[in-house]
Amino acid sequence: MRGAGNELTLGPNLFNWAPETWRDFYFRIADEAPLAVVYLGETICSKRVPLFRDHYAAVTERLRAAGKTVVHSTLGETASRVDRRLVSDVCGVTDDLVEANDSSATFHLRGRPHCIGPLMNVYNEETLRFLAGKGAQNICLPIELPFTSIGVLCAAARTENVTIEVQVFGRQSLALSARCYHARAHGRTKDTCLFVCENDPDGLVLSTLERKPFLVANGVQTLSYEYLNLAQEIPALKAAGVSRYRLSPHSCDMVQVATIFRGVLVGVLSAEETLASLQEMPLDAPFSNGFHHGRPGYGWTAPTGAVSH
Amino acid sequence: MNDHAAPRRPELVCPAGTPASLRTAVDAGADAVYCGLQNATNARNFPGLNFTPDELRRSVDYAHTRRAKVLLAVNTFPPAGQFQLWKDAIGIAASVGADAIIVADIGVACYAAREYPQLRLHLSVQAGASSPEAIRFYCEEFDVRRVVLPRILTVAEIADIHRQIPCEIEAFVFGNIGMMAEGRCSLTNYVTGVSTNMDGVCSPAAAVRYDEEADGTLTTRLGSFVIDRYGCGENGGYPTICKGRYSCAAQPEPYYAFEEPRSLNLSALLPDLMRAGVTALKIEGRQRSRAYVKSVVAAFRRAVDDIMAGRQAALTDLIALTEGHKETQGAFQSKSWR
Repeated sequence: MRGAGNELTLGPNLFNWAPETWRDFYFRIADEAPLAVVYLGETICSKRVPLFRDHYAAVTERLRAAGKTVVHSTLGETASRVDRRLVSDVCGVTDDLVEANDSSATFHLRGRPHCIGPLMNVYNEETLRFLAGKGAQNICLPIELPFTSIGVLCAAARTENVTIEVQVFGRQSLALSARCYHARAHGRTKDTCLFVCENDPDGLVLSTLERKPFLVANGVQTLSYEYLNLAQEIPALKAAGVSRYRLSPHSCDMVQVATIFRGVLVGVLSAEETLASLQEMPLDAPFSNGFHHGRPGYGWTAPTGAVSH
Repeated sequence: MNDHAAPRRPELVCPAGTPASLRTAVDAGADAVYCGLQNATNARNFPGLNFTPDELRRSVDYAHTRRAKVLLAVNTFPPAGQFQLWKDAIGIAASVGADAIIVADIGVACYAAREYPQLRLHLSVQAGASSPEAIRFYCEEFDVRRVVLPRILTVAEIADIHRQIPCEIEAFVFGNIGMMAEGRCSLTNYVTGVSTNMDGVCSPAAAVRYDEEADGTLTTRLGSFVIDRYGCGENGGYPTICKGRYSCAAQPEPYYAFEEPRSLNLSALLPDLMRAGVTALKIEGRQRSRAYVKSVVAAFRRAVDDIMAGRQAALTDLIALTEGHKETQGAFQSKSWR
């Protein structure tokens, strides 16, 4: 499982896509995207799972056949009986590794090899060492950790034989709640939602009273409006010892995104060329990289070091 | 695992932002007070709040003399490379004789359990442990003795959890209600560059701005983002992102996308919570004044004593102390809140 490093990965899809869209997205990823690892599964809302369940085995098989490692991700927040059963079922998988996104998953997974997802709070060496002792092999760090802390964690990870993964593309998870904000926006509740989140393939944009786009609702999750883009930071992350670079799925052409990031990762594209290519893509929001630089998360530091926002 | 037939007398756990507030809470009838040190090791790291080690020592003496307990919150997440500050905080808690420390981070819990096995561990709400499996993970790995439950569960779900865990349950009953799962919210950091998890600050005052227009309209901002706007004479709240007004494609008119600014008040549900197996009732508000602490603690002291004596509890005056004079039972009463 432990890769040679410099692996490009695809995080779990955070949104509620139509079942056929979901299936076809992953079929194309399997066939065309230069990815080493694909994380599958529902991390936001247990109510969505039956929607794509029928396609899950076929997608898993297609990804495996294409030489991609499949890892099954668990829910970020586990409270109801349905949530708990889902986490228990996913953790029961033995063919592939499972990625834990809350401590009810680590309850099931401790003692055997597994991965730790970015919704678990791994902020420091002590936490990393404890989880490594329980079987964690790969840890995707929380999005708000600045580069200085990432470097310290990479050093600790090396002595524990754990790989470190960092999200480098896509809207960033900023908060989870028990309340569904998609349902609330439509005057419904989580129990009566009628799956209204299906209308927003990249989430529902919330704007301030000045009509400035600010946040994005995705069920119980709140995301950044901006798309994280750490293409220009990848050389520094490589030097620090990060092994895996995670793209978070969106409705844009993720094969193209993966191809561009693959280019910078293997060194055939410069950071500037990568940035230029990504800026040509028809995304619905600007890029951000603030957390990485220890600044407000929505902010953007250009390659020259100039700060915008 | 726990017998939950008859309600036990619950412990009333009260906020102490300063040594003076701690004495006030103890004198008003608190069974336990919780507080933090003057640094990033606790989740209310505000200017002018919290305790020096020496103040903590004297406060523990004051409380113990009056049979009250002191719980030290060490409930933030140390960023890599800065763990020593959290080790020091745990060492101070042990040396001054704190009755327990309240922790959230796995590394902090692991360190405390390893180095200070006699020190009682409570799991902070910041750990976001909302299922029996999550809670049992912390109990089994670190011998956690009490969990502070996230404010996202119904009373029926709390009762269900109680039957499946080997530790005590502490639940919030009054005060500010955060909309996001605690310990998993980076909204403040996204806007201000200061992290709730790592720095212990939500909506820092240094980033707050109030702009008053000529017509009396008041606009509240956090960093460069407008959080809310109030007409002349309207009761405006402190700007926190999860209580702001926003618009979206489904709601073109600005609305409270997450929650309205109002406070949690579960006083009417106290008997239900006690029957559900909650053995510690927590009042939020380390940032509040001594007068506030005195009123709320005294009111809940009377209410708990009334319920234990089989009398009807009277708590109508608490509404005056809630945010914007508006209150909610949040997630606790029914699932329709979600």
